[in-house]
Amino acid sequence: MRRFSWFNATSLTLGFAFLYLPMVILIIYSFNESKLVTVWGGFSTKWYGELLGNEAFLDAAWVTIQVAVVSSTIATVLGTMAAYVLVRGGRFLGRTLFSGMIYAPLVMPEVITGLSLLLLFIGIGLDRGIVTIILAHTTFSMCFVSVVVSSRLISFDRSLEEAALDLGCSPFSAFRLVTLPIIAPAVISGWLLAFTLSLDDLVIASFTAGPSATTLPIKIFSAVRLGVSPEINALSTLMIAVVTIGVISASLISKRQLMRQQADEREAERA
Amino acid sequence: MRRLILIAVPYAWLVALFLVPFAIVFKIALSDPALAIPPYTPTLDLAAGWAGVRDFFTGLDFENFTFLTTDDLYWKAYLSSLQIALISTVLALAVGYPIAYAMARAPDHWRPTLLMLVILPFWTSFLIRVYSWMGILSTEGYLNQLLLGMGVISEPLTILNTNTAVYIGIVYTYLPFMILPIYSALERMDDSLLEAAEDLGCSRFTAFWLVTIPLSKNGIIAGCFLVFIPALGEFVIPSLLGGSDTLMIGKILWEEFFNNRDWPVASAVAVILLLILIIPIVLFQRNEQKQREMDG
Repeated sequence: MRRFSWFNATSLTLGFAFLYLPMVILIIYSFNESKLVTVWGGFSTKWYGELLGNEAFLDAAWVTIQVAVVSSTIATVLGTMAAYVLVRGGRFLGRTLFSGMIYAPLVMPEVITGLSLLLLFIGIGLDRGIVTIILAHTTFSMCFVSVVVSSRLISFDRSLEEAALDLGCSPFSAFRLVTLPIIAPAVISGWLLAFTLSLDDLVIASFTAGPSATTLPIKIFSAVRLGVSPEINALSTLMIAVVTIGVISASLISKRQLMRQQADEREAERA
Repeated sequence: MRRLILIAVPYAWLVALFLVPFAIVFKIALSDPALAIPPYTPTLDLAAGWAGVRDFFTGLDFENFTFLTTDDLYWKAYLSSLQIALISTVLALAVGYPIAYAMARAPDHWRPTLLMLVILPFWTSFLIRVYSWMGILSTEGYLNQLLLGMGVISEPLTILNTNTAVYIGIVYTYLPFMILPIYSALERMDDSLLEAAEDLGCSRFTAFWLVTIPLSKNGIIAGCFLVFIPALGEFVIPSLLGGSDTLMIGKILWEEFFNNRDWPVASAVAVILLLILIIPIVLFQRNEQKQREMDG
């Protein structure tokens, strides 16, 4: 019998208040009429209007989305390959180095990753811009993808693949027809993770972005360094709204899939 | 053949964009600063062949590293980073443990929702979560307005631009990293152990101390590392919430690079930060390994 005391109820209430109150306050004050951020001057959506008229923010947002889509897609392909190699690849020369390189970027401070990539790009004479940000983001997010995908690969029954091979599949079509559909949820969540990591990254992008391409976090950072601004409150609210809708709909979809799967299994048992 | 391609492509990518850049950082940490673009004189001249490599080793000096020891700023920054990361980790544990505990005790049908509420902030922009505290903690911010209005204080508190704000920022943004491993350790716990302890005469508190805490030990260790390691190299939180006297090594590296444009010193700062981080990272991996062996 689990006990749920007043103590537990209090810690949950206080804990979630701590986690969510700062963001709730930010959202409320994004509808503040007053230019003074901390003084409530009545309800208004004028900062959203100002934001949508701000070309610099819109350009940066477009660069950010392009970088995130391209880098997370390449990262998903590379990360899935890396996960497959780590789980199924057996022994090969430099395996320890390879797995070290997969896990190291996860714990590496961003300032070091950013600095080292910038020095590389300068060393090979690659002009900083959207391409260098994409290369940098692909590198760190492929490691996150491969961790997510490999945990799924470890837990699934290898004999399914062997059966496909016995039945005459080539290794590639066995992967495409058997393995890939089974690990698909992990691949998709890996892509989503890579996508949000890329959208969110400030430090590595600051090192690898040039004057020709700036991302939204860089713009936000240089704006808020000087203090709180109502326009940034409006921008933050929009970003929080997009993420919340995305996460909730993704979880609803996966819940429905799970229910359908369970229904199928019950059907199969009955038959 | 296919297997070779499968291995070679991600391997080559990581060597080119992860390993080689680090080698370059090490190399530049050993070069001389110069007023040029790029602002350093390479001491390793590969184009000169063997003679270049020989010159590199005979002329090898750790000038940039000795420079770090001559100026107080750097070792103070390393120490203060360690201190800030350590204090924040302890605070995050104090705040996170009761939440994780309450989640694990909550009715079964609540738990997926509670879990999602802890994970949701991960998907929200880190920068925005740090920024949200600037409006709360400033002198004329919401917290001061509230406390003044309630009559708790008569003078506004100075919190923003101090180390206290940095602690709050780190605890706030990394709290889910602390909650999740502790929750997953507590969730698997067998309640009959607690009942047995109480049947044998333990009070609820001693049962908690002697049974629950040891069983959640691995979660606590994992959570502490997951907060401590990224906090050590943190840049965004000290620059937005900290003051001019907040010394953190990530911020120093950034300023050395972008403001002073001293690339060799920035590289040397990075190399030492990496050396400091090796210890907690190795300990963390060993803990994870041990846990995996226990589970498997």
